[in-house]
Order: sequence, then C-alpha cells, then structure tokens
Amino acid sequence: MVIDVTRRQRIAFYLYAVIAMLFLYMPIIAVTLASFSKKRYFSFPISSYTTGWYAKSFDDLTIADLLWTSLSIALAVMAVCVIIGFFGALAYARYNWRGRRAFQRFLLLPIFFPQSVLGLALLLWFNFLGIIPTWHTAIVAHLVWIAPIATLVMAIQAYSFDPALEEAARDLGANSWQVMREVTLPLIMPGVVSAGLFSFLLSWGNFPLSLFTTGADLTLPEWLYAKMVSGYSPLVPAVGAMTVLGVTVLLAVALAVMWTFRRARSS
Amino acid sequence: MQSEQNREGFLCSLPVLALLAAIFVAPLLVIFGFSVMPGKTFSLLQAPTLENFATIVNQTYYQSLLWSLGLSFATVVILLILCYPLAFAMAKVFGVFANVITVLVVLTLFVSENIRLFGWVLVLMKGGLLSGGLNAWFGFQMDSLLYDVPAIVFGMVYVYLPFMLFPLVLGIAMVPEELRQAASDLGASRWTVMREIDLPLALPGILVGSMLTFVLCAGAMAESKLLGGQKVIVMADEIETAFTYGQNWPLGSALSVVLIVLIGFVAYFVLRRVDLDQILGKV
Repeated sequence: MVIDVTRRQRIAFYLYAVIAMLFLYMPIIAVTLASFSKKRYFSFPISSYTTGWYAKSFDDLTIADLLWTSLSIALAVMAVCVIIGFFGALAYARYNWRGRRAFQRFLLLPIFFPQSVLGLALLLWFNFLGIIPTWHTAIVAHLVWIAPIATLVMAIQAYSFDPALEEAARDLGANSWQVMREVTLPLIMPGVVSAGLFSFLLSWGNFPLSLFTTGADLTLPEWLYAKMVSGYSPLVPAVGAMTVLGVTVLLAVALAVMWTFRRARSS
Repeated sequence: MQSEQNREGFLCSLPVLALLAAIFVAPLLVIFGFSVMPGKTFSLLQAPTLENFATIVNQTYYQSLLWSLGLSFATVVILLILCYPLAFAMAKVFGVFANVITVLVVLTLFVSENIRLFGWVLVLMKGGLLSGGLNAWFGFQMDSLLYDVPAIVFGMVYVYLPFMLFPLVLGIAMVPEELRQAASDLGASRWTVMREIDLPLALPGILVGSMLTFVLCAGAMAESKLLGGQKVIVMADEIETAFTYGQNWPLGSALSVVLIVLIGFVAYFVLRRVDLDQILGKV
C-alpha cells in the first residue's frame, strides 16, 4: 500500500535509495575498472587501459578448470535443491500438519549458522566416515545451506496457493500423481524457477562452505580468495568481473524466459 | 481430513529432513563429540574431558569472542539506522519501484562475497578509487582507510545489508495503513506515529533482521581478513586456525561449540516470539 508523502519527502526517499544502490554497486564498479587497468598494481586514476588480462585469463588452463568445477557443483546443487525443496515447501506452507511449526523453525537453523563452522563440521564428519573430500563433497556442503533457502523461496509461492484447486481435481477423478503434475506443479512453477536460479547462483558464488570441503579441488571463489590474500594479481579483477558478467547474463536470460512464459500463458 | 493433512505434510517434509539429519545434525554431533576430547587428538574414542573449555577461558580466546560480539552489535545498530528509511520507503512509498530496488539488491548477493570485499579494498586503499580520485581531482591527500576496526565494521555493514533490509521491509509492510492514518488524525506527530505504531507493529521484522545480521556477523571471517588486515582476530578466525595450522580439532570444536550455543540462544529467543507464517505472507 502506497501512502501520501509530500513532494520533498518523496524526493528525499528516492535520493536515499539511489545512494544506497551506489553504495551496493561501488565495489563491483571498482573491480570492473581495475580489470581494464594495464599496470600490474592497480592505482587510480587509471593511466592506460588494456583488455589483456581477460585474454590471459582465457588462455589460463587452471581458470578453465576452476570454471568447470564451480559449474558442475552449482548444477548438481540446483538439481537436488529444486527436487527436495519442492516437497519441503509443500510441507512448509501447504499442509496444515502437526509438526509444521517445529519443521519451519528447524529449517531456518542451517541458514542462521556460520557457514565456516558448517564447513568445518562437515570436514570432521567426512573424516569420521572415511570420505576423502573432493568437489563432490562440496556439493553436499552447499546443500546444507542452500536447500533450506530453496525451500523457503518455493514456500513463499506455495502460500498463495488455493488448496481447493487440488481438491477439485481430486473430486473430478484425478489420482495423486495427476494432481501433482497437472495442478500443484504448474501453480508453484514460478517459485520452482526462482528457487533453481537462487540455488545455482548461491552455490556458484559460495566461498565459506567450499573452503574446507573441496579437498584438493578448487572452486573459482576459493582461487580468487587465495590470490587476494597472497598479494595482488591483475588476473583477480579480470576473473572477478567475468563471473559478475556471467551472473548478469544468466539472470537476464532467466528473466526473459520467465517474461515470455508469462506472456504466452496470459494470451 | 486432518489426519490426511498430517500424513501428507509429514511425507513431504521427509526428504529435506533426512538430508539435514545426515549433513547438518550429524556433523554438529561430531563437533560436540570432539569438543570434549583431549587436545590434539583425531579420534572420538577417548575419555571425555572439559580441558578445551578451560583452555578457552584461561588463554586469550575470550577476547576474540568479545571482539566478534562487539563488532556484530555495532554492525546491527548501524544497519538498523541505515536500512529503516529505505525499508520504510520500499514498503510504503515506492510502489512498483520497490521491486526494482529488490532486484538490484538481490543481484549483488549473487556476486561472491570475496569479490565484493575485494572491490572495497580497491576503493579504500591508498591510491585506490577514493584516495586516488580525491588526490587527482581536488589535490586532497588521504591515507588508506583499510586495516583497522572501522573497516571491518564497514565491510560487515556492506555484506549483510540485504539481510537486514528485507526482513525490515516485510515487517513494515505488516503495519496497517488505517492505524497510522487514525493516529495522525488524532493529532499524533510523525515521531509519535513511528514510536507508538510503526516500531511496535514492525517488531517481528526488526527482530528477525537484527538476529539474522547479528548471527551472520558473529560467524563472519572474510571481512576481518580482507579489510581488517587481521588487526583483530575474530572468533571464526580462531576456529579456522585451530583446525588448520593448530591441527587441534578438539580445541577448534570447543570454540565452535561456544559460538553455536551463543547463536542458538539468540536464535531461540527471537524465533520464539515471531510468527513465520505471518512474515512470509500467509494471508
């Protein structure tokens, strides 16, 4: 609901929002600028520009490897989160069952947990089970934190869901599987798509959970972090800016797909 | 009918519950187990002891804990003040423009925290965007703003802003407009409306946002490492060091247990007073 404010107040609110957005995007702008700076050590104002660091990153075999590892983890995390989170969301929002309130609170616990502690706890657990950490174990580690988030995202969609629709389908003779496929799934679909997107992107950018659980393998954020603490490398801004670009492209495509989907359905 | 709801709800909750039992509850039990093992062992089969907790009290580890808590508290207070006007505008003033802000804020969450903090290093360092720009355009000399306590708080405010903003928006959106209108019709000033109506009714959102940011800050590490230059050692840092360089799993576990218990206490206290259905938009 929108309220009446004076013209002056309105301008002040908009101005504040713009400043806040500048604040949020400042570091991303800085990384992008630095990636075009020719000098080995960044200083501002930039004296000469180059795209050489991008070419160098493309040729770098380690970076191709890192990309592949990060991508594989993110895709696996997305697939598991969407499937498990879908049922979790129904339990969270759709059914009025006895353990629901306890379930809702329990699901929030991993999200509130410090991720580095979660990662270390998993390292001990893998060790206890005799599993040697590789990027496969990192998938498991990401799930701890991302599966509850995916569930919440779909739960928000499931709240706006009218249970009478399922009952109507059942009264008309549909079995459980048909109800799920023809009624429940299409209604929660927008939530499923956003949850998938969230899962992929959160896994793609995650650092604290990967740190202790990838063993000898490295993800992109881990590599970037290692380079950052060991001193400046001009490849860091270039690779960083490329991951930002990748995220932006993916989101733009996803938004475009969702938009055409919605238009096709409404017409 | 109710029994059917019970059955289906329970069945649907099973996959995610099984997953979390295997990869969340079980690892935590291992951590609790290790925390009562004698120092520097890698096996869970020794006689339990409390020596690790004694070490935490006797050595300087409690300082890190205090630093972590102090930094988190400062961050939460600053975030409340910074986010409230924006959240208010998003819930009550902006209309459709609020969606644009939401998308823009969520977008930044998908860029790795490392990269964003590194961006701030580039802005705040000597010869960076800020000091280099001021020097080149205004001839104003200034030193690096990095590697001190304010830089750490700054980094945490930056990284955790969305986690305060969104709960606040949800909380403020729950305040009925008729009530605010009625109060001001009856002669309440803007401040009175805020103090007597907005703040109490938006309290669930304020509590959730504060708790979320407090808990995340208490376990944060990257800010102090990248922006703080290890000027202060925070709790998560101590835990990592104990596990890696120290090779002392029991001590690291005991430190984790202290952090976990603390966070659990805060989370329990807050979640008990909050109705999650209401905040997430059940009508």
